[in-house]
Amino acid sequence: MTQTSQISASRQAPGLSLGVVMPWLLSAAALVLLPMVFTANSAITVMNQMAITIIFALAYNMLLGQGGMLSFGHAVYMGVGGFACMHIMNMSDFFAALPLPVLPIFGGLVGMGLAIVVGSFSTRSSGTVFAMISLGVGELIAACSIIIVVFFGGEEGISGDRTYGLPFFGIEFLRQIEVYYLTAFWLMLSALLMFLFSRTPIGRIANAVRDNPERAEFLGYSQRWVRFHSFVASGFFAGVAGALFAINYEILTEENLNLATSGEILLVTFLGGVGFFFGPIIGAIVFTLLRTVLGLETELWALYVGLLFLVTVMYFPGGLAGLLMMHSPAVKMKRLRSLVVPYAKVLVPGAFAIIGAACLIEMVFHLRHAPPGDHQMTLFWISFDSHTILPWTVSAVLLIGGGWLAKRFAPEMANSYHAATSLDGGGA
Amino acid sequence: MTSALEITNLRKSFGQTEIIRGVDLSVRKGERHAVIGPNGAGKSTLYNLITGRFAQTAGTVQLHGQDLRGKAPFQINRLGLSRSFQITNIFPNMSVFENIRCALLWTRGYKYSFWTLVSRKQDLTDAADEILAQINLTSRRDLPAGVLSYAEQRALEIGITIAGGADVIMLDEPTAGMSHSETDYIVELIRQVTENKTLMMVEHDMGVVFGLADRISVLVYGEIIATGTPEEVRGNPRVQEAYLGTAMEDH
Amino acid sequence: MELIAVNLIDGLVTGLLLFMLSAGLTLIFSMMGVLNFAHASFYMLGAYFAFQISVFLGFWMGLLIAPVIVGVLGALVERYGLRRVHQYGHVPELIFTFGLALLIEELVQFIWGKSAMPYEIPEILQFTAFSIAGNAIPAYKIFMIFTSVAIFLVLLYILTRTRVGLIIQAALSYPKTVEALGHNVPLVFMGVFGVGTALAGVAGVIAGPVLSTFPGMAFVLGSIVFVTIVIGGLGSLGGALVASLIIGWLTTFSKAYNVRMEDILNGIGFTTPDPIWDSAWRDLWTLTSPQIADILPYILMVLILVFRPYGLFGKRQA
Repeated sequence: MTQTSQISASRQAPGLSLGVVMPWLLSAAALVLLPMVFTANSAITVMNQMAITIIFALAYNMLLGQGGMLSFGHAVYMGVGGFACMHIMNMSDFFAALPLPVLPIFGGLVGMGLAIVVGSFSTRSSGTVFAMISLGVGELIAACSIIIVVFFGGEEGISGDRTYGLPFFGIEFLRQIEVYYLTAFWLMLSALLMFLFSRTPIGRIANAVRDNPERAEFLGYSQRWVRFHSFVASGFFAGVAGALFAINYEILTEENLNLATSGEILLVTFLGGVGFFFGPIIGAIVFTLLRTVLGLETELWALYVGLLFLVTVMYFPGGLAGLLMMHSPAVKMKRLRSLVVPYAKVLVPGAFAIIGAACLIEMVFHLRHAPPGDHQMTLFWISFDSHTILPWTVSAVLLIGGGWLAKRFAPEMANSYHAATSLDGGGA
Repeated sequence: MTSALEITNLRKSFGQTEIIRGVDLSVRKGERHAVIGPNGAGKSTLYNLITGRFAQTAGTVQLHGQDLRGKAPFQINRLGLSRSFQITNIFPNMSVFENIRCALLWTRGYKYSFWTLVSRKQDLTDAADEILAQINLTSRRDLPAGVLSYAEQRALEIGITIAGGADVIMLDEPTAGMSHSETDYIVELIRQVTENKTLMMVEHDMGVVFGLADRISVLVYGEIIATGTPEEVRGNPRVQEAYLGTAMEDH
Repeated sequence: MELIAVNLIDGLVTGLLLFMLSAGLTLIFSMMGVLNFAHASFYMLGAYFAFQISVFLGFWMGLLIAPVIVGVLGALVERYGLRRVHQYGHVPELIFTFGLALLIEELVQFIWGKSAMPYEIPEILQFTAFSIAGNAIPAYKIFMIFTSVAIFLVLLYILTRTRVGLIIQAALSYPKTVEALGHNVPLVFMGVFGVGTALAGVAGVIAGPVLSTFPGMAFVLGSIVFVTIVIGGLGSLGGALVASLIIGWLTTFSKAYNVRMEDILNGIGFTTPDPIWDSAWRDLWTLTSPQIADILPYILMVLILVFRPYGLFGKRQA
């Protein structure tokens, strides 16, 4: 017994071990260095967008992943926080002394205030009832944005100027790159705080309430208050994201509040994986890239993302993070190498099948919706006539051939996965 | 001697049917008290009435003199009563260690704290490890609780139940569905962890409680027909008639 | 007085339409514990299918065929999608149906484009049934009322008087027992899901011509339907009916009578600020009831939740 407690004491040693601090240092270094690699203005815009989405997705996952609360209206906490910050920027007579970099605190406080009001009745229940209340409240506030013009600016929203105040140590935040570093700073800070939150008593108990609310009550905790705390904390960080949105885009509209935005963050978070802290981060990065790249290439990007989402829910409920972590035993046992060939045998033909399917979808769409007489279309840098048989044949062959090959090698892949991850029998 | 749990004229009806028909029971401080009875006697209903899961139709349940009527589970827990569940009720996605640590949080005063980090609190870690050692699950410390064997999960559940430091422990058929050797193991475990505490347990299997309980009450058709030491109960003709006749056939 | 009668009819039409959706949703929810977020999407599919069929075979064939297709699609979704996700729990199920709703909207845009379809009321119903003090009541509205009431009566009959209905009712409360008695409960679930979505399909077919058939129609009505069943109490069919009618009448009346906040505020003794455009409260002063008609259901929901957390007719659940 003494022996075991010594082992655990060393394992749980208070203080900062390298394994815990390393990912954070690396992320911080990456955030500093990224704009030096991708110097284009458009790249910085995308990175800003990514950072904001990451904060929002992490805040959302405090509810969904850690607290087991599914919200269909979380955009309002980000949106209202953003609107409030926009007003602060516009009331520079009052707030001229308030430097821009601390604005996110105010966004957070406003988001938190709203969460306290709504959470006071919505956290009474979890599951379906909570989801429906979040939807109703979200829609209510989104609809109010058209009516309460003073605060939400009606149809055209409200806009402002982030250079309202005095320069902050000589920085005016005129340039995109300055905004980037401000956003990156808040990203690191918020992510760290949210991570630490999950390691506090209330964060741990939130997991317990998610798993088994009744048992948690018999540990002395009121499930409602536990949910309320998570909800309020999540509202705060959503508000921070909203403030950063306001600083970045200098305009907010009804779009920042509505169901589409709320649904999007659910999609981002779930795609990344709700079971792990870093899941939403992956989700936000992948989703932003997908939207930027696919959005440039095709009108149908939302269709593809929707399909991807549905496939994720049905077959990979752990999301991308879950898929990655499935391989951690293989990494620990240094067997990752044995997986490369079997994976390639499935994934490469699979990729071709997906390309084939996408081509077919694009051609059908072109056939139906292109202006009459416009037969010319371009896919994957190849221009062709969509009314000839050849491109259809090629796509169909890609889809069927690739699909067949992938299906053929799938059992092999599954076997090698099991071989690489098991053997120790699940013991310590 | 003062009583930890005092139950007076407790009644519960579901629709027309009265399941608990006026139960009077007093569990003394520091004793191990078992309620036994044949299937359908109302044991689980009685158990859920005491722990506030069901609302009683009439009568009172008092814990250390405090009326429990209308209290939420977490309030009852804070008054010093901890319960287990008949169907294993743990946090399956959290590690075994985490299960125990969560059970410690409230009574150790961390409550809804969001400014302390649990991993930096050595007292939490030590206390949790100590309980893990008590329930012999130290080797399973970092596994997800959901993958443990059935007996291990039951042991973990008992660990969670005692972790909060409540002085009244209630266990609902802790050995249900176990083999003989597993049953012996769990009974021994219960004996150890309830040292100097009040235990009230509900059990179908008489063999389990005879060696463990200080006093036994026999519940038949919603009424307590006898209360006494194991020997007294064993010799009681009404108990023989109502219960032992069938239960002894198994042994 | 006459205006009240007209609005009563209009509100009834809206209410019954809502009930056709919320009834199916409630049936599915109380049986399977799943709140089908894509329910309104099946309503939209009903309208689009009916439009497409009506182009070739006319309105009446659309009314007949489209709900069947929608129902079959719904059953397939249950069989091959939902049943798979079921093992992960209720929250993933809800997320699944949410994803499905997004996907159906994208698919509809993919096939029919973004603009509204010219789906019209059939000629035979394009006349005025009767007038109330100069207000014409179109025959189509009467048709809508009769269709929905007829469908409800048939459903009620099936649920309470037939063997299938008894099995469904039993499976609602004791799925395991019913399965042990030899009934194929998964099949019953699939059937109920199919019928529920078909009901939404019917609603789409008859609402499409009046409410316009466009890709956003699912989300416009969808949120209101969810609000309806929350107000009525999740899982209560009676509650869904009452809540549907309340919302139908509430929105209709507040659109018909232009109640101005200014009059109310003046009535209780406040004076209108002058000039009104400089007041910080100008949005409050210029508020009118038609303006807020569409958000009244949400306000009602919040109020209900604060004072009666389980809805009007909901049961207290553990």
